[in-house]
Amino acid sequence: MAIIFTLNGKSVSVDVDAQTALLEVLRNDIELNGPKFGCGLAQCGACAVLLDGRSVRSCVLPVSAAAGKSVTTLEGLGNASDPHPLQSAFIEEQALQCGYCTSGIIVTAAALLAKNASPAEEDVKKELSGHLCRCGAQARMIRAVMRAAAQLEGSES
Amino acid sequence: MTVTRREFLQASGVLVVCFALPGCTRETTAGKAGYARLGNRLRINANGTVELMLGKVEFGQGIGTALAQMVAEELDIDFGRVHLSSVDTDRSPDESYTFSSISIQQSGPPTRRAAAQARGLLLTRAAERLDQPVDTLRVVDGEVLTGNVATNLNYWRLIGDEEITIDLTEQVMLKSVSDYSIVGRSLERIDIPGKVFGDASFLQDLRLPNMVHARVVRPAAERASVKTIDTAKIEKLPGVLSVVRDGNFIAVIAEREGQARRAANLLRETISWVLPSDLPDSDKIYQWLRNAESREEPVASRSSESDVGSTTTVKASYQRPFQAHASISPSAAIALYDNGKLTVWSHAQGMYPLRGAIAQVLGMDIENIRCVHCEASGCYGHNGADDAACDAAALAVKFPGRPVRLQWERRDEMTWEPYGSAMHIEISADVDETGTVRAWDYDLWSCPHSSRPRNAEQSGNLIYAQHRAAPAELPPPQSIPQPNGGADRNAVPLYTFDNMDVVKHLVTDRPMRVSALRGLGAYANVFAIESFMDELAARSQEDAIAYRLRHLDDERAIAVLKRLMDVSAWSRRPPAGSGEGWGIGFARFKNRSAWVGVVMRVIVKNGNISLQHASAVCDAGLIINPDGAGAQIEGGIVQSASWTLKEQIRFDNDRKQSVDWVSYPILGFDETPTITVDFMERSNQPSLGIGEAAQGPTAAAIANALYHATGQRQRRLPLSA
Repeated sequence: MAIIFTLNGKSVSVDVDAQTALLEVLRNDIELNGPKFGCGLAQCGACAVLLDGRSVRSCVLPVSAAAGKSVTTLEGLGNASDPHPLQSAFIEEQALQCGYCTSGIIVTAAALLAKNASPAEEDVKKELSGHLCRCGAQARMIRAVMRAAAQLEGSES
Repeated sequence: MTVTRREFLQASGVLVVCFALPGCTRETTAGKAGYARLGNRLRINANGTVELMLGKVEFGQGIGTALAQMVAEELDIDFGRVHLSSVDTDRSPDESYTFSSISIQQSGPPTRRAAAQARGLLLTRAAERLDQPVDTLRVVDGEVLTGNVATNLNYWRLIGDEEITIDLTEQVMLKSVSDYSIVGRSLERIDIPGKVFGDASFLQDLRLPNMVHARVVRPAAERASVKTIDTAKIEKLPGVLSVVRDGNFIAVIAEREGQARRAANLLRETISWVLPSDLPDSDKIYQWLRNAESREEPVASRSSESDVGSTTTVKASYQRPFQAHASISPSAAIALYDNGKLTVWSHAQGMYPLRGAIAQVLGMDIENIRCVHCEASGCYGHNGADDAACDAAALAVKFPGRPVRLQWERRDEMTWEPYGSAMHIEISADVDETGTVRAWDYDLWSCPHSSRPRNAEQSGNLIYAQHRAAPAELPPPQSIPQPNGGADRNAVPLYTFDNMDVVKHLVTDRPMRVSALRGLGAYANVFAIESFMDELAARSQEDAIAYRLRHLDDERAIAVLKRLMDVSAWSRRPPAGSGEGWGIGFARFKNRSAWVGVVMRVIVKNGNISLQHASAVCDAGLIINPDGAGAQIEGGIVQSASWTLKEQIRFDNDRKQSVDWVSYPILGFDETPTITVDFMERSNQPSLGIGEAAQGPTAAAIANALYHATGQRQRRLPLSA
């Protein structure tokens, strides 16, 4: 049965087993690269996407849970010609080593900035504490999120 | 209807970006563009791009960008013209493994020479055409100038539609460091934009036509074997194409990834195992190490005739558990076997040694195997990548004609990757009345620190080689000799002790898979040496850094420590036992690479350790990219802090119990300190590797900070409040 949802602003319809993980549909059927497989256990955050604006773990979420809802991945936040402030800030701060955890972290940070445009550093740490980075780029990522927040605030005032 | 990526992208109005992963790039043959190819290092294209063929692999450490800077520097071109190709056994230089933090040292010189040679040849051409002496010409971004006057020549026109192939020579004039304008600058890493925009950057993003998905079902323990298995029901599950069983190697191949996962989980439930229950007791691992079968190997010895006078003997022992690479992406690989040819896409650290190993295990000719590197997440040494590549290769041969994508699960990675070995270290020092160390005895016990499946002779280390019905003989334990050392890496202190005896006891029994984890033995050895130096300084009521300084005669080491005192504001160290502690750790990696000193500030409160700030000073000679180098030290500090405060593999007699991120926690966002890294200005000195240099100093800095904060000395990792 076809499952219909909005992906990065466009309506998509997928015909797969309803129990298929949303991550598998995004990566293998629609061939997006942003969300990553890291643990399949909702523990590391590499697979995070936004579901109606909330950061969720797509590795354990059946695609049926996205039916009628809006899914945003890293690709939906921006691209090289029209980057999201977080994407620009991650480049400016060189805020990643291998980059495998980056997509999930940017997506969760985007959800944070959407509800709290001027977070304190502690808010950022707390929000990202469900994400794992093994390379040790945490301090740079926190700086990048703060930089993006400052930029967002600047562009709104 | 299922939308395809193409349809989705068309619908979204997004341009399909050229797939940049190696090994599947469609050659762009627009027009009859020529090129000048320098051996297997460099290809200068008439279209204005330059391709650098890497011999070492990139996994986020930034070597690709640093080497590209060297190319742009020697060629006098814009950095943006340089494109990177990862290692492919069909076309790349064979630089063996990417290990030991020597990529810049090993790949740098030939890369630099190739670029300089290319510049020389093209300028000679220009000089002939212009009828001008070559030394009157200069180059700005490939454009040839006479003095400040433009000519109508540039590299690209000088190549035209010719296909020029040039052998590399050793004899070339290199730019002098004082003329550098690209090397030494913090240019942005080439790979970062693609990774923040979701371009295909990783092996995981490689999707080949007709690809099938595989999962392995590993035994319940390393030496467990199948008692009974029932594959019949699994073979009938939707999408399942094949259930593979070859001794204790068991796998499922399916059309869809979710189908392969489900089938593997159900298949696992049908298997009963013979468990040898042969693991040592988790809480007695150090006694086990101390008493296990081992080989005694002298590491270093120094003796002095001078009278040491009256001395006191001080002793301590230090311990480090088994610890994991714990890469964020579980290992994966894709393999295709077609018409007798095997192609393997892998994120392992050495494509050539992997090819040799796979050839041996599968009984194939090397000429019929191609190994292509694609990035995955950081690996920090020898993780499961090689094993996954061999798994995929074996499956592809059994399932020819379609690319087989094998993805390990988190549990597979945590329980089957080769760990960094546990270590037990005993130090005894004779200290004279002034507190000076007059004699130093150091004994370490450890399993080996490398079991890479290097080529045919070490291929038996691969999991598939051990698990299949006719298993390979396990290669004998490898001891890496000094000056690099394996278990004994950095076991020889840099300090000027008159009398010294360092002995390695290489444990030859193997309770679990072990191999190279970032720093190898250096992590535990520096932790032990630098903790003990701190203990001796405290015993002598001396400042911890001053005490080290008076045991050093290495000028660059002394300079690093003095600088560290400045940048960490060491003189403002709080009083001992206040709950806030500042600790120092210092080493020169391998005693022949970069010097790193770390001061860590911690607060211990309500049974919690909070890392506040790390100040690091590093001398690594000429720094190619200061921000990139700084990122390596920062990452090293955080990862070492994670090992030091949180990590140990847990197991019982039957099996490992660290299977995921809950049972093997690592340092989180809310636990990482702020970090500053300062580099000594040594641009006139050769570049030295830094990737592993912070691991040991950080561990000791934390241990010493905890002692300073609480007065409690901890000698067993991981440390607690």
